[in-house]
Amino acid sequence: MASSSTRISRLLSRSSASLFSRGGKGYLGTGFSRYSTATALEEEPIKPAVQVEHTQLLIGGKFVDALSGKTFPTLDPRTGEVIAHVAEGHSEDVDRAVAAARKAFDQGPWPKMTAYERQRILLRAADLLEKHNDELAALETWDNGKPYEQSAQIEIPMLVRLFRYYAGWADKIHGMTVPADGQYHVQTLHEPIGVAGQIIPWNFPLLMFAWKVGPALACGNTIVLKTAEQTPLSALYAAKLFHEAGLPEGVLNVVSGFGPTAGAALASHMDVDKLAFTGSTDTGKVVLELAARSNLKPVTLELGGKSPFIVCEDADVDQAVELAHFALFFNQGQCCCAGSRTYVHEHVYDEFVEKAKARALKRIVGDPFKSGIEQGPQIDSEQFEKILKYIRSGVQSGATLETGGDRLGSKGFYVQPTVFSNVEDGMLIAKEEIFGPVQSILKFKDLDEVIERANNTRYGLAAGVFTKNIDTANTLTRALRVGTVWVNCFDTFDAAIPFGGYKMSGQGREKGEYSLKNYLQVKAVRYV
Amino acid sequence: MTALSNGHAANNSSPLFKIPPIKFTNLFINGHFVHSLSGNEFETIDPRTGEVIAKISEGRKEDIDVAVKAAREAFDNGPWPRMSGAERAKIMMKWADLIEENVEELAALDAIDAGKLYHLVKVLDIPAVANCLRYYAGAADKIHGEVLKGARELHAYTLMEPIGVVGHIIPWNFPSTMFAAKVSPSLAAGCTVVLKPAEQTPLSALFFAHLAKQAGIPDGVLNVVPGFGPTAGAAISSHMDIDKVSFTGSTEVGRAIMHAAASSNLKPVSLELGGKSPLLIFDDADVDKAADLALLGILFNKGEICVASSRVFVQEGIYDEFEKKLVKKAKAWVVGDPFDPQSQQGPQVDKNQFEKILSYIEIGKEEGATLLTGGKKVGNKGYYIEPTIFSNVKENMRIAQDEIFGPVLALMKFRTIEEGIKSANNSRYGLAAGIVTKNIDTANTVSRAIRAGIIWINCYFAFGNDIPYGGYKQSGFGRDFGMEGLHKYLQVKSVVTPIYNSPWL
Repeated sequence: MASSSTRISRLLSRSSASLFSRGGKGYLGTGFSRYSTATALEEEPIKPAVQVEHTQLLIGGKFVDALSGKTFPTLDPRTGEVIAHVAEGHSEDVDRAVAAARKAFDQGPWPKMTAYERQRILLRAADLLEKHNDELAALETWDNGKPYEQSAQIEIPMLVRLFRYYAGWADKIHGMTVPADGQYHVQTLHEPIGVAGQIIPWNFPLLMFAWKVGPALACGNTIVLKTAEQTPLSALYAAKLFHEAGLPEGVLNVVSGFGPTAGAALASHMDVDKLAFTGSTDTGKVVLELAARSNLKPVTLELGGKSPFIVCEDADVDQAVELAHFALFFNQGQCCCAGSRTYVHEHVYDEFVEKAKARALKRIVGDPFKSGIEQGPQIDSEQFEKILKYIRSGVQSGATLETGGDRLGSKGFYVQPTVFSNVEDGMLIAKEEIFGPVQSILKFKDLDEVIERANNTRYGLAAGVFTKNIDTANTLTRALRVGTVWVNCFDTFDAAIPFGGYKMSGQGREKGEYSLKNYLQVKAVRYV
Repeated sequence: MTALSNGHAANNSSPLFKIPPIKFTNLFINGHFVHSLSGNEFETIDPRTGEVIAKISEGRKEDIDVAVKAAREAFDNGPWPRMSGAERAKIMMKWADLIEENVEELAALDAIDAGKLYHLVKVLDIPAVANCLRYYAGAADKIHGEVLKGARELHAYTLMEPIGVVGHIIPWNFPSTMFAAKVSPSLAAGCTVVLKPAEQTPLSALFFAHLAKQAGIPDGVLNVVPGFGPTAGAAISSHMDIDKVSFTGSTEVGRAIMHAAASSNLKPVSLELGGKSPLLIFDDADVDKAADLALLGILFNKGEICVASSRVFVQEGIYDEFEKKLVKKAKAWVVGDPFDPQSQQGPQVDKNQFEKILSYIEIGKEEGATLLTGGKKVGNKGYYIEPTIFSNVKENMRIAQDEIFGPVLALMKFRTIEEGIKSANNSRYGLAAGIVTKNIDTANTVSRAIRAGIIWINCYFAFGNDIPYGGYKQSGFGRDFGMEGLHKYLQVKSVVTPIYNSPWL
């Protein structure tokens, strides 16, 4: 990850080097001419260097139409125009996919082959993903709107890294021999759990694919994966490469479709042994209920967040501003762990707000395929409208809109980088997950106070701590009720570092060794 | 010998395989092949004929010093320990691929240098090197310390750091496997290495070093210095700037190495030494299969394997039938040129070993054991020996106590489980043991009762990258393979700091 963080910071610094507009007052309605690439938005969108080859469902190793014959359009968030029509999986398609996965698990070669062979297939798949880096990145950006450089230089390499990492786990999944009272020999077998149902979101389509598929395959499971309806394309491409690498048919099935139909069918399926979901807290609740009502399948949930980023009084303000900016605006603000509550100590608050605003003004927004772009469009009109609604709510509740606050351009789903200061804990923008480029800056006085306020949320996904004081860092680290604490860094992901939430941000952990537990059954064997 | 009558004569001089030209004969230090400082060379011998294969630069103390300096620099200032585990893994994976691409040439080097069966080395030893590298490459980013539960208001955690410059001294019986077992985990851990191959078998290690460079292992990270134990080996074990020494070989030499480590810089030592491993065959065993297993257990790699089942204990109910079958199978065993695909057994590695084994056969006869089959050399050229089985062996005889390291099996009878366990443990060694039974209670009882580092139930030589392997008692200490094999190349550092106002402890 060190290398990925380096790449991230390189991308960031490149953007500040190419800035050419600044200043200006960030009030609603002043237009967007200060955003450095505004003009680019009026140009024709850049044509992605990739063909959409796969739009059908991938079931039992073959691309097939939905049984109903239905399709749905997947849209280009730069323009709102159709990229392709994709087969729409419904309950009966999920049934087919589960049957294929069941057969591949119960009778197929996958769980029966040696871990070394599974490792080799995963490594070959990683090599193929690496080879097709640019096509995958282009599909990802086209479907999602994230900057192409971010896809190509950070996310696809991370995807490759994740599969190599889990390939290495395949032959290191150890049970234990267990001491027991009396004359017994006791050992635990770690067995694959069976057919895993996985439902992934649209904000990091391929990384979420890797977080789910990597550990499940390393453990010897078979999979039915439902992609988000906004971003079905890249997973189909990647899954095809897994088959080229030698993955047996039926082991990895990909069903495109919608939550209430395909997602619900998977969550409530009687023949799915495990469910993993990443998405909103509301949907997570539904998924958990469906699992409970059907066959009590265990569920891993990685849900929403309202993560605090705490800037202490000893912080270097320039660095803190840059990191807080990145923590919130990265990926158009569409990160479940986004640092969406920026708590700044009162001694550095004014300077911080001024500089945070200046930094947001420098943010380069435009066609994500263009070089040097920091921010592309939001994923779709629904998110776009929701974000604008939250911005209006912020203004109405009395927060100070420092900059941004409106859409950018006249087509697609671009939103101005937006900064609110004087935000109070009770305001909607400080409580709810906005999932967009809207930074809320709050002032605090002392450590105990900020701990209490930071923890006063139903979420508990992540937190950022910015300080050079080791005692402050240790105190905050232990006191914050969140699954990840980043000290003097943010969004540093690595294959080996577990990720997941406290409270209503979810249950279970993904990545690292911890994720293997999601996909294993433990069998205790006791001999007299 | 049946082998001879079958026409697979040991002294068959017709070329069964074209030996590739020997490309690397110099020391590999700091990324380059260099002559030894003294200019001295030694001969590596073809055990099929006793003839010289190549002259090899002979590393001595001064060459070890240069190699250690390179390894030290690579560790203290070089990129290797500072790369992420994933980056080290990538290079190791590349190395594994290159080894697979050169499998035939590498297999030929081990076959000609050690007298190993070419066709087995090609499908077993060399692919296993690639697999071992891949296993530890996969482990390089999974080296976890722990966050500790402080008893007071303390935040404490452990860092698993590479131990530093590692000296490896490896034997001649599995030149490639031992190279992989030592080098892969130490490189995964982020260490740098000075490796001395056995003087009998320097060729494959030098070829591996050449491929390591091609794969992108930085200069100085892997140094290979061929030479002799008393000079180069001693210089490694007593070097003040080597942080750890790992040795596989005889118990006597292991003792000398530990002594040298103790009297120099107290470097930690791991030793994988000799054995006299028991194979216990119980009355409920399938006699035919058990005889096959026992024979393989002693004859695999000409008996030149530290875990050889050199003591076979058979329960009295099936003893007679077992003995008959074992002898018959031994007589059908094919001894011959290791490049002949029909051969099951090649020559012993060198004249020394050859004569030592023949002398033990004489000792066996003098001690009063019954020679059931074998006992002689095969052919007039090279170092071939017949599969040899003694019965009526008493536990205190030297052929039942000493490691012969050749195709010589001591067959003994036992009555009860308790007696079998007692006899099996009556050894100064404790490396491995085999159990043949279908009874789960027998299997569980015996596997816990035998004091040895690995127990094979209804199998033998079942090795795996993830299966730790090493000895009890005078068979050594420390483990190769598995995550255990990685941990010995790591230092554990505890980091402790007070914490204030923690909501939980």
